[in-house]
Amino acid sequence: MSFLDYAPAPESRAILSLRDSYGLFIDGEFVDGRGTPFQTISPASEERIAMIANANDADVADAVAAARRAYDRVWSKMSGRDRGKYLFRIARLVQERARELAVAESLDNGKPIKESRDVDVPLVAAWFFYYAGWADKLDHAGLGASPRSLGVAAQVIPWNFPLLMLAWKIAPALAAGNTVVLKPAETTPLTALIFAEILQQAELPPGVVNIITGAGDTGAALVSHEGVDKVAFTGSTAVGRAIAKQIAGTDKKATLELGGKAANIVFDDAPVDQAIEGIVNGIFFNQGHVCCAGSRLLVQENIHDEIVDRLKARLSTLRLGDPLDKNTDIGAINSREQLDRIRELSDAGVAEGAERWSAPCEIPENGFWYAPTIFTGVQTSNRIAREEIFGPVLSVLTFRTPQEAIAKANNTPYGLSAGIWTDKGSRILAVADQLRAGVIWANTFNRFDPSSPFGGYKESGYGREGGRHGLAAYLAPAPIGQAAVARSATKPAITADASAPEPAAKRPRRTQKATTKGSKR
Amino acid sequence: MTRLAVPKTYKLYIGGKFPRSESGRTYEVAAPDGRFLANAALASRKDARDAVVAARAAVSGWAGATAYNRGQVLYRIAELLEGRRAQFIAEIEESEGVSRAVAAAQVDESIDRWVWYAGWADKFAQVAGNANPVAGPYFNISVPEPTGVVAIVAPQDTSLLGFVSAVAPALVAGNSVVVVASERFPLSAISLAEVLATSDVPGGVVNVLTGSPAEIAPWLASHADVNAIDLVGAGALDWISLEVDAADTLKRVLRPENGQDAAAPALGRISAFTETKTVWHTKSLR
Repeated sequence: MSFLDYAPAPESRAILSLRDSYGLFIDGEFVDGRGTPFQTISPASEERIAMIANANDADVADAVAAARRAYDRVWSKMSGRDRGKYLFRIARLVQERARELAVAESLDNGKPIKESRDVDVPLVAAWFFYYAGWADKLDHAGLGASPRSLGVAAQVIPWNFPLLMLAWKIAPALAAGNTVVLKPAETTPLTALIFAEILQQAELPPGVVNIITGAGDTGAALVSHEGVDKVAFTGSTAVGRAIAKQIAGTDKKATLELGGKAANIVFDDAPVDQAIEGIVNGIFFNQGHVCCAGSRLLVQENIHDEIVDRLKARLSTLRLGDPLDKNTDIGAINSREQLDRIRELSDAGVAEGAERWSAPCEIPENGFWYAPTIFTGVQTSNRIAREEIFGPVLSVLTFRTPQEAIAKANNTPYGLSAGIWTDKGSRILAVADQLRAGVIWANTFNRFDPSSPFGGYKESGYGREGGRHGLAAYLAPAPIGQAAVARSATKPAITADASAPEPAAKRPRRTQKATTKGSKR
Repeated sequence: MTRLAVPKTYKLYIGGKFPRSESGRTYEVAAPDGRFLANAALASRKDARDAVVAARAAVSGWAGATAYNRGQVLYRIAELLEGRRAQFIAEIEESEGVSRAVAAAQVDESIDRWVWYAGWADKFAQVAGNANPVAGPYFNISVPEPTGVVAIVAPQDTSLLGFVSAVAPALVAGNSVVVVASERFPLSAISLAEVLATSDVPGGVVNVLTGSPAEIAPWLASHADVNAIDLVGAGALDWISLEVDAADTLKRVLRPENGQDAAAPALGRISAFTETKTVWHTKSLR
């Protein structure tokens, strides 16, 4: 064994007690779906994990109706204090079942256990903990006194951070007093279904959270259902654009967290050791399946060769393989479809004249894998510099002056995130000012915290998740005339607001919906 | 044959330990009907000074913990208090001579206030702080920081609720406290200290003195290593003199409040014990 060899150290799967098949979680119970069930597999081995119910339009309607009933009868009438207590319970249960959730996540998604265990799941608990505390403090959310909830939120999430995206969606929605129908991604439904069991343990009132599984058509049926008041979507810009068109002209509010092509800018005075680690973390974290990944490395020209050499050396030490192994750095690509897309774009990079280098690592026989890859000599017009690859592929470009770095960084339809590496604080702040991106990391990358707003400029979507902004995304100001009503800090708005009449403008849309029956007010 | 009960010795809570008063003094705590309940420690000036030393030593750790961590610890207090609900209800019933229902309401509200303030730990800075659009190429941001050691004269009319209502907000931002309990109803304060001692609250962050506020408060008000004093329960004392004493070291002062709901939940009780720090940094592309 050389010093880079490790004995296998797989995390035990014994902690899991999975069912053979999972239904839809509607109105507090698991029920059969009426679509054709599908299987969820481990992308590292292609073995079947469980059969998953498929929600058709009727199931979607049931879920929305359950959420509406729970909103009208229970959740919108409950005090913020009690809503908060439910969320605190959920946070604690997630903490208590953290290891089980981490193992399930790595099994179903393919991400390394050290990431699901140390990043995803702890952040899930933190998200619920943070928003639990907001539930009885909505007067301070930034919308004036006594803001009101929106109603039923339709939430569709991606496969890259399955449980974490669930937490980003559900925690603020519930804190603000909304009820939820959430659809996890087709390839990663497992942890959402375990989470449904947690909701049962927490005794969350039935219907407050409904989790329906299925593919894109289920998601489309959900966001277009007319009983939905709020749409929250994380995923591709193409789907986000379709949702924005679909809800145009309706009263539905939307938060869209879409694609990215982040620039990671390295100046020649950057702390190089930290920068190398930051670049690696920026693009190879979670196999590059990160919307805010630092996929375009902009290096100041005079240090280009040094940075690239050191990156190659560092990537050669990364360990690709079993996601459940505690020493694994790079796990499996989430699906064959995604692997095909990465290969296609990567080949386009070569065809357009960029130079490809891949880390020399052994690729397992089964499953979906892609070795960490760097492209040098990339032109700004190349597809690999413009399109989101969503995989472990880094495109390296150069610049000479800060102005050129800024121009190149902003030369994209996306605007989710960016990184800046330099020892000069004044330069960090001046460059950050001019970058058109929603999150700027300086001398770090891929940091997330429930108190910190996250979201994009331009075609990376709109709205923010996290922090006070993420809470406000699930609230509307009090109807005019009601804001002045003083309420004590511990007995906040929602109780009284729930019985308040809706603004006149919303009424016509409500009454024309005979199909959603008496479940709507 | 009935079992003979084992009564608890009520002591002080300083630096995470439960010492007797260094003075050796105690005073009798009686139920409203005059029945003897316990001997509580009658804290001295030296005890108060020891408590300030312990509190000062604890500030850097508590203030340096992440806001998320402080929130979790404060929430943990609520969890453990909930687990000892029956004990506190019984103690308050006896001490205050109130019905079980009234005592239970006091305990429940105390638990919920810990939860409310726990939630503020990682949100307060977002509400009280802000970026400032100064007219120049500068990054400029203002954030609240804890002031340091806060001395508190707890509300005197309740066993637990007033005590919790005064202590919890001071802890949110990262201060440590020295609190003088209700002179008449000191027992629940010491029982709460047992909860704090097992709630991951670092030793010295909360220090509890029982005894005579009239005797101890002046020493705290004039102590040079105390940054702020909450006189919420000092209404029956010569609180103006205390405020004058506090002025010597320019302490932040909260004034007395009377009634059952003294120290009602408010953001102002958190901000009263914070300092605003504004940071400037140049912006330049060069």
